Amino acid sequence: MFISKTYRKIAADGIWNNNIVFGQNLALCPLLAVTGTATNGLGMGLATLVVIIASNGLISVARHLIPGEIRIPIFVLLIAALVTLVDILMNAWAHELYKVLGLFIALIVTNCALLGRAEAFASKQPVKHALWDGLMMGLGFLIVLVALGAAREISASGTLFANASVLLGESFRFLEVTVIPNYKGFLLMALPPGGFIMLAFLIVGKRLIDQKIAERKVSVTLLSPVIAEEES
Amino acid sequence: MKLDPATIERLKEKIAVYREFLRNWLEPSNLAQLRPKLEFQTGVLAGFALIASVLLGVTNCSTEGTIQRRLDEDLKKSLEEVVPAALYDNDMLQDTLNIPSAEYNIGANETTVYIAKKSGSVSAVCFKFTAPDGYSGAINMIMGIDRDGNILGVRVLSHKETPGLGDKIEAAKSDWILKFVGRSLDNLAPAKWTVKKDGGEFDQFAGATITPRKSVQAIYRGLQLFKAHQDQLINPALHLSRDNE
Repeated sequence: MFISKTYRKIAADGIWNNNIVFGQNLALCPLLAVTGTATNGLGMGLATLVVIIASNGLISVARHLIPGEIRIPIFVLLIAALVTLVDILMNAWAHELYKVLGLFIALIVTNCALLGRAEAFASKQPVKHALWDGLMMGLGFLIVLVALGAAREISASGTLFANASVLLGESFRFLEVTVIPNYKGFLLMALPPGGFIMLAFLIVGKRLIDQKIAERKVSVTLLSPVIAEEES
Repeated sequence: MKLDPATIERLKEKIAVYREFLRNWLEPSNLAQLRPKLEFQTGVLAGFALIASVLLGVTNCSTEGTIQRRLDEDLKKSLEEVVPAALYDNDMLQDTLNIPSAEYNIGANETTVYIAKKSGSVSAVCFKFTAPDGYSGAINMIMGIDRDGNILGVRVLSHKETPGLGDKIEAAKSDWILKFVGRSLDNLAPAKWTVKKDGGEFDQFAGATITPRKSVQAIYRGLQLFKAHQDQLINPALHLSRDNE
């Protein structure tokens, strides 16, 4: 492997083990609010990804300057300033995207996952690790947003990535698929309760996979104690 | 201004001294000593606040014009949707008139009316208005009316109605909103300006009555606003006299 063990652990934590939604149960408000469609989830995920990398990086750079007693106000200040910057710049230079995502950008401020990463990771780690952690946590969040958005969109209206071309440009029109033709629609899934229900299914799925992995490890250890001993 | 080599040398030395000082000051061990001090904490918080506000201020000032242009483009696009291109040859964004609208309950105390003119005479007007009492919040709409008071087109700009039920007021979701074209206060009695369930002229949606009812009523109030100011709006001479006031 080219990536060192630390980086691999950060990546595994961010995407799976300690995933913002599945592992830390954070950021549920923006998660449930925007995942009516996979496209909205993708847009929110990308915006959050940018902000969390930048906030992790900034806070890690300034970590020696920030006294412990007033770290929270400084984190909040930095995150709020960053989000506002992204908001203004998107409004000016990516206006079509802003019209789709505008409401959600401001919501990133309330995303406690950003503050959580600043507090638990970026303020204690070197810049390289903090940036990598931001990227991986952001990716993990993005994956959940898209997965939940896709699951809800398919069950609610039978389409996938509707309006993706508005978000990403005409060249991404191929993403827009009708999964179930002539689908009558299932309104509940488009509404917030549907978000909770679908999220529960996703969390159950993740737990089941974790359980399978753990069981396999145990059975390997039981069957071949010699190998297990050698490994340890 | 020209600097002699000696001055430049001295400046370079000074900069070197400051850089050395800054590097020592930023050493983690030095900062660790400073961090518990109250004045340092105050300074750091103030410093971060200053940097953040300068950054935001500069960005805001440098993008203000661009954002305004984007908003104008958006507005122009929606104006074009409700006023047919054949009816005007002026720039509607520049030809506006503000009229008081507090008593019509359409969201704003003053409504900006965009005037469509063809070879100098007013052919139609267009304005944004709001149904403040939608099922889950305000429904923002825009409407074009010809000079005789007939609706040229209505569109919903933004709303928070239930997806799948109330959102049929959008032109993209159903043709409900297109049924208003050609209607006016003259060709439809006041009692008919509501949904069929209430004895009116317009369809309600399965599972959503409030959204279309409140939309129809707001459109009706918008027409009343136009009627109250019709003479002033369609007479360019009156625009001028108002501007001079």
